[in-house]
Amino acid sequence: MMITLLMVGLLLSGALAWYVEGKKVHSARWVALVSTVFLLVYFVLSIIFSSQQNYSELTVLTRVTWIDAFHIEYALAIDYLSIVLLMLTLFLAIICVLVSWHEIQEKAGFYYFNLLAAIAGIVGVFCAVDLFLFFFFWEVMLLPMTALIAIWGHEHRQFAAIKFFIFTQVSSLLMLVAIISTAYFHYQAVGQLSFYYQDWLALDIPLELASYLMFGFFIAFAVKLPSVPVHSWLPDAHTQAPTAGSVLLAGVLLKTGAYGLIRFVIFLFPEASHQFAPVAAVLAVVSILYGAKMAFAQTDFKRLVAYSSISHMGFVMLAVFSFNEIAYQGAIVTLIAHGLSSAALFSLAGMIYSRIHSRDLNDMGGFFKSAPRMGGFALAFAGAAFGLPGLANFIGEFFSLVGAFSAFPVLVVFAAFGLIGSAIYGMVLFQTTFQGPATATLSDLSLREIIISASLLMLLIIFGLFPNIILQYSHYIGVVL
Amino acid sequence: MSLLALLPFYPLISFLILISFGKKLSWQLASTISIGAMLLSAGSSAVLINQLGNSESQLITAHLWSWFSLTTTQGSATINVAFYLDALSAVMIAVVTGVGLLIHIYAAAYMKSDENFSRFMAYMNLFIVAMLILVLADNLVLLYLGWEGVGLCSFLLIGFWYQEKANVLAARKAFIVTRIGDTSMAIGLFLLFKSLAQLTIVDVNQAAQLSWKIGDADAYWIALLLLGGAVGKSAQLPLQTWLPDAMAGPTPVSALIHAATMVTAGVYLIARMHEVFLLAPEVMTYTAWLGALTLLLAGVAALAQHDIKRVLAYSTMSQIGYMMLALGAGAWSAGVFHLMTHAFFKALLFLTAGSVILALHHQQNLFKMGGLFKKLPVESLLFIIGLYCLVALPGSSGFFSKEAIIAELWSSPTAGQGLWYCAILGALLTSIYSCRLFFLAFLGKARGNSNLEQHQDGHQENSSQGHLLRLPLILLALLSLFGGLISLDLSSVFSSAIATQAQTNFINEPSWLHTVAIVTPFIGIVFSWFYFKSYRENSCDNIKSSTGAISTFCKSGLGFDRLYQYVLVRPYCCIAKINRRDIIDQVLMLSAWYTKLWYEVLSASQNGSLRWYAAVIGIGVVGLAGVVAL
Repeated sequence: MMITLLMVGLLLSGALAWYVEGKKVHSARWVALVSTVFLLVYFVLSIIFSSQQNYSELTVLTRVTWIDAFHIEYALAIDYLSIVLLMLTLFLAIICVLVSWHEIQEKAGFYYFNLLAAIAGIVGVFCAVDLFLFFFFWEVMLLPMTALIAIWGHEHRQFAAIKFFIFTQVSSLLMLVAIISTAYFHYQAVGQLSFYYQDWLALDIPLELASYLMFGFFIAFAVKLPSVPVHSWLPDAHTQAPTAGSVLLAGVLLKTGAYGLIRFVIFLFPEASHQFAPVAAVLAVVSILYGAKMAFAQTDFKRLVAYSSISHMGFVMLAVFSFNEIAYQGAIVTLIAHGLSSAALFSLAGMIYSRIHSRDLNDMGGFFKSAPRMGGFALAFAGAAFGLPGLANFIGEFFSLVGAFSAFPVLVVFAAFGLIGSAIYGMVLFQTTFQGPATATLSDLSLREIIISASLLMLLIIFGLFPNIILQYSHYIGVVL
Repeated sequence: MSLLALLPFYPLISFLILISFGKKLSWQLASTISIGAMLLSAGSSAVLINQLGNSESQLITAHLWSWFSLTTTQGSATINVAFYLDALSAVMIAVVTGVGLLIHIYAAAYMKSDENFSRFMAYMNLFIVAMLILVLADNLVLLYLGWEGVGLCSFLLIGFWYQEKANVLAARKAFIVTRIGDTSMAIGLFLLFKSLAQLTIVDVNQAAQLSWKIGDADAYWIALLLLGGAVGKSAQLPLQTWLPDAMAGPTPVSALIHAATMVTAGVYLIARMHEVFLLAPEVMTYTAWLGALTLLLAGVAALAQHDIKRVLAYSTMSQIGYMMLALGAGAWSAGVFHLMTHAFFKALLFLTAGSVILALHHQQNLFKMGGLFKKLPVESLLFIIGLYCLVALPGSSGFFSKEAIIAELWSSPTAGQGLWYCAILGALLTSIYSCRLFFLAFLGKARGNSNLEQHQDGHQENSSQGHLLRLPLILLALLSLFGGLISLDLSSVFSSAIATQAQTNFINEPSWLHTVAIVTPFIGIVFSWFYFKSYRENSCDNIKSSTGAISTFCKSGLGFDRLYQYVLVRPYCCIAKINRRDIIDQVLMLSAWYTKLWYEVLSASQNGSLRWYAAVIGIGVVGLAGVVAL
């Protein structure tokens, strides 16, 4: 019930926000803030005090029939992987509301409705264990996200929204085909259609068919992750989205791709993905290097961060397809760490944009003089992006690479060059923005902005110094591999 | 918590206070906090070193918390945040906290008028934190944390005056070039873990002895990759180019980071991992040759510099070359000994240069100095002491350490006679560039420093600042003079190395080796006395710096910057520029263009004109009929 309540809570508070904004201006943001904080607290408490203490195996929470004719069920289940990602989602939801505080003035009610609806969809994606239901949530999170970009985005928002929509739609179509085919295979094998995840785990699919099915899923998740060569929706979508949209995209939406790779591609088709692993690993390394390289070339703050996300997600894909526990743990930590650090960098971009109304790095420089606090945070977040030890991202990258090294030593050597690439774009980002001759006088961070930055930085430091907080929960799942 | 565990926390707390309250703190308060923290660290280090000497095991450890565990099929390796103090790290913490404390005191006076004083001291404290973690780490991942941390602090402090474009670029260069080395080191760690499933230093050294033979391929690659990390941090060939530019930072930074402590981290790393290097004799030979080539290259480049700090920077590079040479030759203790004495006298030289630069209103060009001996007698004397040690004249600390290195080269199985000659040639170069530096700055006629007296008056008012500047200098001078008498007993650390070395026989060495080594610096001085006559004599009003091609080439650090510019930087930027629009995206967007093309073609056909439709129907019918008929 817990997850259902969570989603209903998000949707209802979204609707409430929309409604009250019509009555009183600026009330929607308060509704959104209170509800997201409340839901995060509710979720954390209910996990801690739940009757079941151990979520190392997938635990089914709800399972009722939805569409009887096709044996489609409304089935939700969680394990530590989904719990960790849900906590990240709900935490970033609060950050999203806070960064939108002054930025969104028009149609604010509808905006918060879309934001919360997208988050509700993402929550569903992380919990659905009926593949049809999963696909349903996959689409549900897409629509409000597109609306966020198309309505509240920057100058080329229509184009970016359509590009985002088409990329995701086309790829998820392949996934739909794969889902239906697998369900049909289940029908042939067992005599009954089923979209239920646990049923599928029991299937013994011939390798050749499994390869095709795996590929259908892989494409959808690779687009979402994103991996080169299907990454190009991301820079546009990120750049044009409002700040909260970018935070949500980078912080959580990309993680659904990684989650899908782990939960469905690897677990449902272990042999096929094992066979496919070298290709995926090469794509991952290309993403790492290409992303870092492209990030360096950008002159738009948000575009730079967007390309850096591609680079970081490459580490995740490399780790996931290395099939060992260290790499797997590295992937999980990278997901969390990148969720926090990219959210932080996009929030920072929003803070700068609200002051100088530009995202162009050529318009920036020397901000450290007038806004040293902002500069300090910017340095820390750039440091997180280039994997400074002591912050969470380092743990993620280190684990990913150490783990992947036993599977793909040569590729990891190439991937390690990404460390140099990330230092280059990280330095370019920090230095062109905050160092050099001062181009403008900025007001330093407000209390709200300090809360946003400090909470993100605190988490990055905590997870960087005490990664066992996350690692202890990504232990068992790794053993399965 | 034990004394050892707390060691890095004093400067860390000071950093947090200074960075949080920043400009609200007065100069007195900010300097008291930062120097007080250093005092605590230095005091605890002294107590710890004393304890270490009295302890049976020659070892003190402190476990703070368990960082993470790496689980493999063979088992799980726990990586702790834990400190490990043995004789080697004791030398390092003595240098880091001792010299660090003196430089902090100096910096408090030197940077007093800077509007961002507390930020400066905060970064300096943070650097000490990272450096202490580096030298105390009991495993290579924690060492890597310190390693990156000092890199970041170095970046911050080189670019401390961030409004100057040149400083910003120098900081970026330092960070990225060292990061290349760091990446090599990281790959080394991956390989090490794959091979031994250990990353704790003690365990690695034990496992290495057990599982590898001398010349093992894994040992070779790991040692080579670690060497890559070391040359990056220690500014050796081929990653040496960042160090001269790093002089853009304030002078206390150059003394602390780019002379005494951080740049010797590479030496420390190799000494720490000596068990692995002993199993890879080829890599030790590479280390020795890299050190030798760097010391010659830097010596030649130092001869042509105009900027007093750049001379010292190249000199640092060359002295670290000696340390590398020592490590490569298996003279571990001598290398570490030279690390320590070099920290004393190079810090002294940099800080004295800083005082001179301050007195001359930030004039760093040697050709605009001259005749300072009469005007700044105390500084001149201190500088002479520093140079005396640098040149390694008998009795100085540099003499003991450098002679110790040179003595071991000839018969070393991994070094040999060729490297001995390199070291002697390097000693000759050292004495020549030192003399050139001294003559240009302190002798001869004053050139373009008319403001000096007036400034000196200003100094008198602020005598407390003057005392603060001089006190550390005098202490460093004493250390430089008598530091050679400190007996370092590193036998507990390098026991296995000594065992292998006992087999080497020194019998075949010619008897003239030591004499030559001692006499060489004097030859350099005599040569300079005549060759640089014009620099030291009062008669010349205006000394022109040489503008010949060779001189320019040497001044640019033998063209490495230009080489890398053409081979690496330009292509990287160029590809980035060409592909700014993302070629993959362009290809994908072709499909959008294609769709749009058809949309336009087809919508053009739907023009609502009846005649057009009728004509198309007519053509279609005729065409179809034609096809059927054929």
